[in-house]
Amino acid sequence: MENPTLNKRIVKDRLFAGGIFLLSMVTISPIVLIIYKLVSKGYRQINFDFFSKKAPDTYEAMVAVNSGEIIPGGILNGITGTLFMVLIASAMAIPIGLMIGIFLYDQKTKRYAGIVRDIVDILQGVPSIVLGLIAYFWVVKNITHGFSALAGSTALAIMMLPLIIRSTEETLKMIPESIREAGFALGVPYHKIILRVLIPSGFSGLATGILLAISRIIGETAPLMLTALGSMEVNLNMTKPTSAVPLLIWEFYNDPNMIDLIWSSSLFLMMVVLLLNLVSKQLIAKRS
Amino acid sequence: MSDLIKHIDDPVLEIRNLSVAYNKDKPAVTDVSAGIKKNKVTAIMGPSGCGKSTLLRAINRMHDLYPNIDINGDILLNGEETTNMSTIMLRRKIGMVFQRPNPFPTMSIHDNVIAGYKLNGIRLKKSDRNEIVEKSLRDVALWDEVKDSLTKKGTFLSGGQQQRLCIARALAFRPDMILLDEPTSALDPVATKKVEELLTQLKEHYTILLVTHNMSQAARISDYSMFMYLGELIEYGKTKDMFIKPIDKRTEEYLTGKFS
Repeated sequence: MENPTLNKRIVKDRLFAGGIFLLSMVTISPIVLIIYKLVSKGYRQINFDFFSKKAPDTYEAMVAVNSGEIIPGGILNGITGTLFMVLIASAMAIPIGLMIGIFLYDQKTKRYAGIVRDIVDILQGVPSIVLGLIAYFWVVKNITHGFSALAGSTALAIMMLPLIIRSTEETLKMIPESIREAGFALGVPYHKIILRVLIPSGFSGLATGILLAISRIIGETAPLMLTALGSMEVNLNMTKPTSAVPLLIWEFYNDPNMIDLIWSSSLFLMMVVLLLNLVSKQLIAKRS
Repeated sequence: MSDLIKHIDDPVLEIRNLSVAYNKDKPAVTDVSAGIKKNKVTAIMGPSGCGKSTLLRAINRMHDLYPNIDINGDILLNGEETTNMSTIMLRRKIGMVFQRPNPFPTMSIHDNVIAGYKLNGIRLKKSDRNEIVEKSLRDVALWDEVKDSLTKKGTFLSGGQQQRLCIARALAFRPDMILLDEPTSALDPVATKKVEELLTQLKEHYTILLVTHNMSQAARISDYSMFMYLGELIEYGKTKDMFIKPIDKRTEEYLTGKFS
């Protein structure tokens, strides 16, 4: 049976489907290529030492490279530094971010809340190096009187804030009005409805926002150069210079003997970010 | 107003000259006065937008949430001005059930029933807690269906069960009165029938005020009916009388389906 219009439509449909498939391949190819490159170049360095030893000095690395061995040492000082600073930054940004997010949700129609919301959006657009400069003048110059983990954390915390604030507000907005009213109809005071009904109901959403904020800052380098500086030692003192994984990558890049470590450190960082994103995706899936 | 009932003997709730306006030019409820009789089901009927939900929400002061709403007139619960009571006390005495079932999504069935106590920080002994939960769930004929899954989330139940859970939550405080805002509009016919049967049983212990846009529902389960139109209370009387021989022409037109 011949049906020219139908055939034409089938051909068109196939063309579009093929086009869309092709474009989606183009979209995902960079990430696939990046991961391929990082794995193929970096896997050799990933071993137990990588996680348990400090970064090597140039001489050790040079000897290893010249004799064709893998570079000794690891990035322990970077991992601990990153964890340490992310922890302090989270301790600063999560409570403040949640509170501002709740405020924006609660006062959504108020003029003042609108201004705050706009400023939060602007803050999201501030280049991270500028936040590093600000933290330098606030903390390095005036509080710790020297490069410090606290300064780095401050810059990171400011970066986290807008993400947490907006995700908190959006999450609370998604909770049906009827749930709030159920609380009011039981005579529950407003603050308790927020704390004991809305926040538990939106928990996975809030957690997702926090995880994404962490994955956003964990790879930040520029603000840390001006604040935490970097360190060859494992440092857990807030007032002392501290290393971080992205800072180490930058240092390795500047040392021709350590090129191999760039790839493995990047691979590590990439995997951590990927993991955080996957976990938050799971949380979102669980919510709906 | 051509109301049949000018006065109800010892009403649980008395509404006096109540007007509610969302903004100055647009009143939602205009000068409504009515007494609600104890241990009866009273239905508020009327086309959408006639102010029935607004009236209902004024009774337990849900409008307090929105500071721009203008409310005039008095509402007395057992002779006491509701505006003089704390919202916690008032809402312990007047429970409310909404259009859509809205159990707290993070709480178990058990916790949903006693949510009013939990969220208000009222501590109960474990035995009291269990007693309240069982009694409230038995009241709404849900106990046998959920007694083995009290720790499951309330949102796992079917729509009709959820709505009965919400009624149980409102009953847990042993209120004087329950307000229901179109409680069956989101339910299927079978679940609707169950809730209706439940309400006729519950009036033995509670006074029930029900908003419905479903006339036959009002006819089936209510003892008294109000008909509201454009914010005014047009007619208020025994349901039987009103459905057989409405006094106002607008009531008649509504009941005969000339407008809805």
